[in-house]
Amino acid sequence: MSTAAKLRYGVVVFPGTNCDTDTWHALHDVMEAPVDYIWHEDTDLDGFDCVILPGGFSYGDYLRTGAVARFSPVMNCVVDFAGKGGLVLGICNGFQILLEAGLLPGAMMRNVGQTFVCKYVNLRVESTDTPYTRAMARGVVLRIPIAHGEGNYHADEATLAELKRNDQIVFRYCTPKGEIAPEANPNGSLDNIAGICNRERNVMGMMPHPERCTDALLGSSDGRLVWESLLGAS
Amino acid sequence: MAKARVVITLKETIMDAQGQTVEKALHNLGYQGVSDLRIGKFIEMSLDGGPKDQLESQVDEMCRRLLANPIIEDFQVEIEQ
Repeated sequence: MSTAAKLRYGVVVFPGTNCDTDTWHALHDVMEAPVDYIWHEDTDLDGFDCVILPGGFSYGDYLRTGAVARFSPVMNCVVDFAGKGGLVLGICNGFQILLEAGLLPGAMMRNVGQTFVCKYVNLRVESTDTPYTRAMARGVVLRIPIAHGEGNYHADEATLAELKRNDQIVFRYCTPKGEIAPEANPNGSLDNIAGICNRERNVMGMMPHPERCTDALLGSSDGRLVWESLLGAS
Repeated sequence: MAKARVVITLKETIMDAQGQTVEKALHNLGYQGVSDLRIGKFIEMSLDGGPKDQLESQVDEMCRRLLANPIIEDFQVEIEQ
């Protein structure tokens, strides 16, 4: 597997990021891929093929989640990088930052239950036409943990229709059997949405944490499928 | 020096779960007449001089770029000179 690694990964570290080392571990130790940290003040993404915005509480989640991080120096470069077709994956707080930066449509709101939810959830793979899900099968149910207080995805009707039309909904919260039901929705997210991609399909945001389940010892290794999909991406 | 005050609330069309929860709590305390409770943010700042309409449009721009998220939030700006 290690020799198949083609991509060079960058894991962005903002003040308040706390899933950076888990993400680095998943890529470096489990997938044996070349990976470096990118400091939020860095403005050079040369040499990276895939930039990951990891989970955490960038800038203390002040004002709104991701609202301040989106203006940090590195984010201008990430926007350019994405515009040129570079792979950008936002996990949890990274997803929130991508929404604030306008790299993905919609906005994130407080969980409907008003509480921070930290648990394993079931996700149905809705699209395999992304560099992040190509090693998966459509309709398959994955077990990947979430840990967030603001994962209640919102978009207006026109945006939701466009997401559906363009096959941009990548993951939805589901029951263990793969049914999309209200009781499987942990945060009130519109249409049970857990992850989306942009129209060009190089930018993806997801609330669940694939870096936290790359080994069966940790309860699930389903997160590996995201990294395995990327290994095959070019 | 002028003062700007900004009130940010979730758009009317968006369910305010926090507001609903607090409204229910007020009902439980016996305030049955309470309805339409919405929770938002209040921001105030001092601004270097300039005509009021200029300051207003400046703060309006701040709201659209950073202070509010226009996808889910509305904002009101008040300038006091």
